[in-house]
Amino acid sequence: MRLQRFWADQGCVILQPYDMEIGAGTFHPATTLRSLGPRPWRAAYVQPSRRPKDGRYGENPNRLQHYYQFQVILKPSPPDIQDLYLESLYAIGIDPKNHDIRFVEDDWESPTLGAWGLGWEVWCDGMEVSQFTYFQQVGGFDCNPVSGELTYGLERLAMYVQGVDNVYDLNFNGGEGEDKVTYGDIFLQAEQEYSRHNFEHADTAKLFVHFRDAEDECKALLEAGENGEHHLMVLPAYDQAIKASHIFNLLDARGVISVTERQAYILRVRDLAKACCAAWLKTEAGGAAAEVRGASRG
Amino acid sequence: MAELLLEFFSEEIPARMQPRAREDLARLLGDKLKAAGLDFEEIKTYATPRRITAVVEGLPQRSPDVKDERKGPRVGAPDKAIQGFLKSAGLGSVDEAQTREDKKGSYYVAVIEKTGRPSADVIAEIVPEIVKTFPWPKSMRWGAGKLRWVRPLHSILCLFSGKVVDFEIDGIKSSEHTRGHRFMAPKEFAVTDFADYEAKLRKAYVILDSDLRAAKILDAAKACADEHGYALVEDAGLLQENAGLNEWPVPLLGSFDEDFLHVPPEVLATFMKAHQKCFAVSKGDELANRFVLVANLEAEDGGTSITQGNERVIAARLADAKFFFASDLKVSLEARVPQLKDITFHEKLGTQYERVQRIFHLARELAPIVGADPDDAERAGILAKADLVSDMVGEFPELQGIMGRYYAIDQGERPAVANAIADHYKPVGPTDEVPTEPVSIAVALADKLDTLVGFWAIDEKPTGSKDPYALRRAALGVIRIVLENNLRLGLVSTSLRATEAHLSSIPEQPIGTIEGRGTGRIEKALSPKDIERLRDQISEYDADAVIGVRGIVSLGRVVVNQGNVLDFFADRLKIYLRDQGARHDLVDAVFALGGDDLLMIVRRVEALGRFLDTDDGANLLAGTKRAANILRIEEKKDKKAYDDAPDLALLEAPEEKALAKAVDEVETAAAKAIEDEKFEAAMSAMAKLRAPVDAFFDAVTVNADNPNLRENRLRLLNRIRSTTKTVADFSKIAG
Repeated sequence: MRLQRFWADQGCVILQPYDMEIGAGTFHPATTLRSLGPRPWRAAYVQPSRRPKDGRYGENPNRLQHYYQFQVILKPSPPDIQDLYLESLYAIGIDPKNHDIRFVEDDWESPTLGAWGLGWEVWCDGMEVSQFTYFQQVGGFDCNPVSGELTYGLERLAMYVQGVDNVYDLNFNGGEGEDKVTYGDIFLQAEQEYSRHNFEHADTAKLFVHFRDAEDECKALLEAGENGEHHLMVLPAYDQAIKASHIFNLLDARGVISVTERQAYILRVRDLAKACCAAWLKTEAGGAAAEVRGASRG
Repeated sequence: MAELLLEFFSEEIPARMQPRAREDLARLLGDKLKAAGLDFEEIKTYATPRRITAVVEGLPQRSPDVKDERKGPRVGAPDKAIQGFLKSAGLGSVDEAQTREDKKGSYYVAVIEKTGRPSADVIAEIVPEIVKTFPWPKSMRWGAGKLRWVRPLHSILCLFSGKVVDFEIDGIKSSEHTRGHRFMAPKEFAVTDFADYEAKLRKAYVILDSDLRAAKILDAAKACADEHGYALVEDAGLLQENAGLNEWPVPLLGSFDEDFLHVPPEVLATFMKAHQKCFAVSKGDELANRFVLVANLEAEDGGTSITQGNERVIAARLADAKFFFASDLKVSLEARVPQLKDITFHEKLGTQYERVQRIFHLARELAPIVGADPDDAERAGILAKADLVSDMVGEFPELQGIMGRYYAIDQGERPAVANAIADHYKPVGPTDEVPTEPVSIAVALADKLDTLVGFWAIDEKPTGSKDPYALRRAALGVIRIVLENNLRLGLVSTSLRATEAHLSSIPEQPIGTIEGRGTGRIEKALSPKDIERLRDQISEYDADAVIGVRGIVSLGRVVVNQGNVLDFFADRLKIYLRDQGARHDLVDAVFALGGDDLLMIVRRVEALGRFLDTDDGANLLAGTKRAANILRIEEKKDKKAYDDAPDLALLEAPEEKALAKAVDEVETAAAKAIEDEKFEAAMSAMAKLRAPVDAFFDAVTVNADNPNLRENRLRLLNRIRSTTKTVADFSKIAG
């Protein structure tokens, strides 16, 4: 909450989590799509992220198939973005006079989104607490202006602030004794059940069909939304691309996709993402209409 | 003479890119200054995580005046040519050009005088060019700007002779300002020159020079380990990386649960280094449950929170390490061997599994030569690569071999086998120690020879600076293992056996023995002479070798063709011996005689060197060279060789009779000594030749008037030459 307040004070719109299964906060259309085009944009939101392959049946102290990211996107990236980020850490109780905050090289690439950027993983006393990325390309398109993306791993930050070694020991409600509700109370069973699902029981035959369906739907919506210079149905199409991506992740976790097939599937998802990004650039929020207005004024 | 101070201040530059950036800055700046006519005394560059800095000393205030003459067409040349010349020289009309005379008449000359410019103006042009063309391995844009840099560039400090050089790049204006440490001294401040800059940075908690930062880390890290009775485990690479991650390094000592010490020390050190950039700490011979981290600031609480935080992360990392180790131990190495079928070693050389099959056969064959138990050598060969498919080595390839040894010990393999799994990769570099246990030696040689011969067979040899498979290192490894362990190894027969192992994996029908296999394809690949030699080589070890066409071609590449693997060994050995201080020409002189036993070649070189240092040696060399020179001249003149033995009946002078007797005796004695591998004795025998040779040249005229006498004496000279060849080819020796 303090992170939200901090970034709201920096002019970010505070959004709610996207209501679909996605692998990282970056997949939220408020980041993927809004990082393209010329219009300024600042947003912050919490995003539950699902990575089926990272499930460990609740037995690993910090690896989860479902976890929370706090995501900030600032476009264009302001000159003082590093200072803002450090202030946000200060706001949640990390004082840089007593903690060793370091920016360690870590470049980011998302093959399924056709996106990459340069930046760092941010260390606090040796622990990675955030990813800090300057987007260079999304969906194969140059980001102009460049967005600065900050991703905080909420579980890790909480473990850090609470001084806890196991994620399931996190105090979730601040209560003590009988009143205390831990992260484990809430999520341990889910981690165990979803691990079984992701690795053993997800119906792969149906998933293959679902993947194809989402892919077809995405393409159909993109085609139907074409309207000359403009595009009228990017967001629904993008939802289908996200869906295809998550289904691919599930299939991958089930181990039914071979190494060579894997590359082919990634390319299929990327093609969808790219097509959505191209369509986005033909919408008002993507800058197309703004340019038309500018032209008519001039 | 003036000073230029230049600093690019940015967000955190990756540690690994800093050294290259310093070199590139020095080169670009130096080249551009020189190209503009600005000579200087010295250029120095520095890097911290947030800045790269250059200081140039001894620059002039102005660039010198330059007079440039450009030759034009002849007077009276077509108008088009003259106009073109005027245009290119920047002249308005023919009147502005001068004329000169030469033998053929007069021609136009454009004299272009460039007056020098203030150096500051030149610098103001050069620096933006450098920013725009700087060769970062990866660069980026930021905000709404167009500029590219490794990470967002915030400010440029540019002072020449104490004054700001004004320029602006994409909204960044040059200034005399910089900043100190991100947290301890974040405020901007102005500087006047390099000395002031370095001193003020130091006050603002930034050590500019990475060597000084590294020295501070090393001293302080040692001190904080020492204070508690521990010793730092030094690691030069890790030290360098930490110097690139800090502006104000502060080493701190942390600890972890003793329970983790059950995990092998190499694993603990690797996990702490790779994930957390921390140094391991030892007590006595063993790793201690402590580590040294390097913080980037002096914390107000003295580093307590930082140490605690790092201890927690280290504990999580080591828990991973422990988990990997425990789960790897559940699968035996033997069970992992078939999984090597999934790992391609090289497209044309098959999988690691096939490689292991070859290595263990070869290791078994080499075992008797190196004094190893053949069963142990075979067993070690089979298991040598099994750890490549373990989780731990998958995560950290640098732990290959080391992990295999631990897993082998755990499953009860004999110590010699376990050690060979770890040591067969050695020597890893020119200063690394070579394996000394016989089983390790057998597997190490088999591994390296299989690699070398394999790449030769598929014609993938190192060229120039390109050696992607580290074949030079492998060859040097073989040489060092053989020499440092005093091993007798016939390289030809060993290489042939190693090649043979490869042939079986080449998918092809055998076509019979090599005899009578002169098909067109073979002849295309090899010359008739090569085929002849190849046949001899093969029949030497197995007269009935059954191999296919491609096999013959491969064998040709390995042992016969120009640039075969034996020649490669010879080259490597020469370089190795030269590095050891042996004379290059002596190595050549011994090599010229052939031979494939590295140890014996080296022994001969050593004995030859000692011999030539004696009076007898030096004089015999001079005498032999004199004989060879005379022979060369006369043989050329007469267009015939004097290879036949001299006719004893034609010998006249007592000196020539004595010489004729001496060469025969010396040759017999030296040859016998060589056969017995008594090289000192061979040299002593050779020394007996000196007196008769000297006496011969003093008393006898070779080019006698009597042609029969002359021919006989020339034949005698040839005997001197041929006799000395028993120990070395003296013509290759300098002096």
